Amino acid sequence: MNALLLSAILGVVMMFSGILLKSKAAVRNLAIAGLCVLLLANILEMCGTIFFNIDTKGMIVFDNFSLLFNSIAFVSTLLYLLLSARDMEKVGVNYAEYFALIFFILCGITLTSSFKSLLILFLGIEIISIPLYILTGSDKKNLKSNEASLKYFLLGAFSTGLMLMGIAFIYGAMGTFSTVSIGAFTASKPSALLIAGMLLLLFSMSFKASVAPFHFWTPDVYDGAPTVFTSFMATIVKAAVFIAFIRLFDDAFGFQQKQWQLFIAILTVATLFIGNITAVFQQSVKRMLAYSSIAQAGFMMLSLYAMNADAKEGLLLYTAAYSFATIGIFAVLIKMKDYTFDGFNGFAKHQPLLAATTTIFLLSLAGIPLTAGFLSKFYMLKAVMAEDKNLWLVIFAVLMAAVSVYYYFRVIQAMYFKEGDAQPMEVTPAFKWTLVVLAALVILLGIFPDLLLIWFYF
Amino acid sequence: MIPVLLILIPLLTGLAAFFFKNDKNVRLWSLGVSLFTLGVSIMGLSLKDGAGPLAFHGEWMQTLGSSFSVKLDGMGQLLCLLNAIAYPLVILATWNSSYKKANNFFALMLLAQAGMMGVFLATDALLFYFLWELALIPMYFLCSQWGGEKRIAVTFKFFIYTFIGSLLMLIGILYIYSHTPDHSFSIESFYNAVLSRKEQHTVFWLIFIAFAIKMPIFPLHTWQPDTYEQSPTATTMILSGVMVKMGLFGMLRWLFPVVPFASFQWGDFITSAALIGVIYASLIAIKQNDLKRLIAYSSIAHIGLMCAAAFTQNISGLQGLMIQMFNHGINIIGLWIVVELIERQFGTRKISELGGLAQKAPVLAVLLVIVALANIALPLTNAFPGEFLMFNGIFSSKTNYYLWFTIMAGMGIVLGAVYTLNMIRKVFYGTTNELTNTAMDIKWNEKLALGIIVAIIFLFGIYPQFLLNSTVAVTDTIIDKFEMLNNTLPKQ
Repeated sequence: MNALLLSAILGVVMMFSGILLKSKAAVRNLAIAGLCVLLLANILEMCGTIFFNIDTKGMIVFDNFSLLFNSIAFVSTLLYLLLSARDMEKVGVNYAEYFALIFFILCGITLTSSFKSLLILFLGIEIISIPLYILTGSDKKNLKSNEASLKYFLLGAFSTGLMLMGIAFIYGAMGTFSTVSIGAFTASKPSALLIAGMLLLLFSMSFKASVAPFHFWTPDVYDGAPTVFTSFMATIVKAAVFIAFIRLFDDAFGFQQKQWQLFIAILTVATLFIGNITAVFQQSVKRMLAYSSIAQAGFMMLSLYAMNADAKEGLLLYTAAYSFATIGIFAVLIKMKDYTFDGFNGFAKHQPLLAATTTIFLLSLAGIPLTAGFLSKFYMLKAVMAEDKNLWLVIFAVLMAAVSVYYYFRVIQAMYFKEGDAQPMEVTPAFKWTLVVLAALVILLGIFPDLLLIWFYF
Repeated sequence: MIPVLLILIPLLTGLAAFFFKNDKNVRLWSLGVSLFTLGVSIMGLSLKDGAGPLAFHGEWMQTLGSSFSVKLDGMGQLLCLLNAIAYPLVILATWNSSYKKANNFFALMLLAQAGMMGVFLATDALLFYFLWELALIPMYFLCSQWGGEKRIAVTFKFFIYTFIGSLLMLIGILYIYSHTPDHSFSIESFYNAVLSRKEQHTVFWLIFIAFAIKMPIFPLHTWQPDTYEQSPTATTMILSGVMVKMGLFGMLRWLFPVVPFASFQWGDFITSAALIGVIYASLIAIKQNDLKRLIAYSSIAHIGLMCAAAFTQNISGLQGLMIQMFNHGINIIGLWIVVELIERQFGTRKISELGGLAQKAPVLAVLLVIVALANIALPLTNAFPGEFLMFNGIFSSKTNYYLWFTIMAGMGIVLGAVYTLNMIRKVFYGTTNELTNTAMDIKWNEKLALGIIVAIIFLFGIYPQFLLNSTVAVTDTIIDKFEMLNNTLPKQ
């Protein structure tokens, strides 16, 4: 509850900071300080100190799962701001507003990670989506950014409509919005209305999480949006949607797992296939990362398929591993002038430290042991293997992971083994050290995942 | 503590080596620490199997059911010793090769050593997998950064191949894990896993593919000649001398005892493939004009024979395999050293452009002839007892096709003699040409490295009993598993 209220308040504070504070550095520092407070408040709540006690009639429940994810999201955002907040200046003139929007998104994230009612889920998703439409179009003079924003808005509104319709159907069938009450339903045969509602929810959530075949907006929007905001969208927001996804299906539809499991399996296979195969053919690293985010979503879908204790634990680790690594790569990418693979040629010569950290992030995304990416993939596979008779899904997933090595390693090859002159860019020592910390986190989580997961059982 | 030291010394010193500025210092540093590792490994050898300091158990990733447990047993001792001997030899022999950014080169080499040590020591499946990959990643960077012209594409092929194999192995490990009685990754639980016959087949193939790619076994060998050719020679020595043994080792440690039934069932099939590979690779080796490719194909042939011996599942075959793993590593490093010397001096590896070297470089010629004779397993050289035992094993194995297998393996040996002696004749004898007229004999460090190898060749050629003694316990464990096959296996 701490984080929910504080993030909303901080959003409003940041809106006014644009008027009250003259220098951009002050705005930036205020945002970073605010985020630290937010993180601290959330950690205090994990330890049992609750500032605000509001009776939500069971519509919002902050349990270990949601609190831990909130912390992951706040840490990721903090690192993201430390690395990339300066680069937001280049996007447009409304510097303070960007931070305000980010805080509102965080507010939505706390809702989607803690809802126990379909209405709160809807609210959370909308609070995340609307600031994102704005951030996507924030580069006002760039046609691509405008196009991306419009596309995102139209398709997003459509999927929101689907979600509302699904919620309405479920309400019609069950007479309640509460996911707990829906989950407690034990009749032998669910009504057609409930199934229709569930499918509509599945589709709309798949859209938000860019799961194939609902992924078509993703590459264009990620490519069109200013790169700083793509970084935020592709990591923290995507992770939040997955957390909502698994929470919804675990709470409300867990009892009918057998019925939607095959559906999820088909979506998973399609997502893995389309994400990985298309990423192979990209020439721009930014677009490759967009497809890679689809591919990683496919792996996260495995947790939905398995839906056991391992899966929830693993998904938390996955969101952390994926967010950290992707934020790091984007932070470096933003500094590049040329976004193609060739733009990275010879990068290791000019910036050995940045190249080394980027390599760690790429290895993590590819799922190489000793990085967090490996363990998170490992958890997913383990969760699915615990179910019976789905070896084919696991084998398909690892073959796709092997494909992903191809495009992640292209960047490594360009940086280290190809001759070239990647433009040296201005990087501050603080930026370098933050990247090193981020890389250290990725490796630390890859060796001692218990450091993070112990909180799940706290 | 000894196994932990064996992993930690190269790991930490390797990381430290990244920060060296001076080429010479980093060479001295790596030579020093690799000698230290060798010392620790010999110390481990002197202790009795099962002694307290040879095992270590630490808590690690409890939520996953995995722990940091390592143990140095007979087979591990032998391979760790090979790994530990190989490094000083390689560093010594390539002392005069220059590398751009030598600090990174030696750092990655040491990291690879740490990974391989760990593979030979781990008694936890997840730890094994971690270290298996840890050995691969530095190799990828070594080959792609310091290799020949086509290095990037070739190394990438190598990486993708092995990575696919590793991932399938990971599934296999998970599969066994979910069938262990106490849900743990420890080797004891794996040995007690209850798998039906049908499940054994699945697990066998999931895991075997990884090992087959690593060895490599025909028809999964296509990455190997290119990678050996394109890699810097120091890396090739480690790859072919030590790293390919990971595949054989993995089979003996993690595959046969866990799925004995499937290993027995598929034995004939895989032995056939391996022996076809032996003949195929030998025939190609005869036709090769490039020294590196010749030795690469010769390595495929030797490994194929070892794989066939592994599937004999009798004491003779397995014991032969164990000591041959060690001896083949030593011999092939010797051959690579000679290739490296020739290439550095003449700038070419083409057999047709060389000739008459024996007149100009007599010491090199003598040493090479000894190594080459060891390569074709002449009596009194170290390879002889191993190959003899493996042959005996193949001949006395329980399969119906034992005669065919023995004949094929024998043909492999004959062909091996053909290409090895042919190579010696063309490179070292005959008349000198313009290129080789200016040849000089080898320097002291190269003499020392080759001299040590020759000494080892004779030592274990005359007295192989020492090697045989240290592995007998491990062999018995595997044989026991096969013999218990009918009693322990749940019926379908």
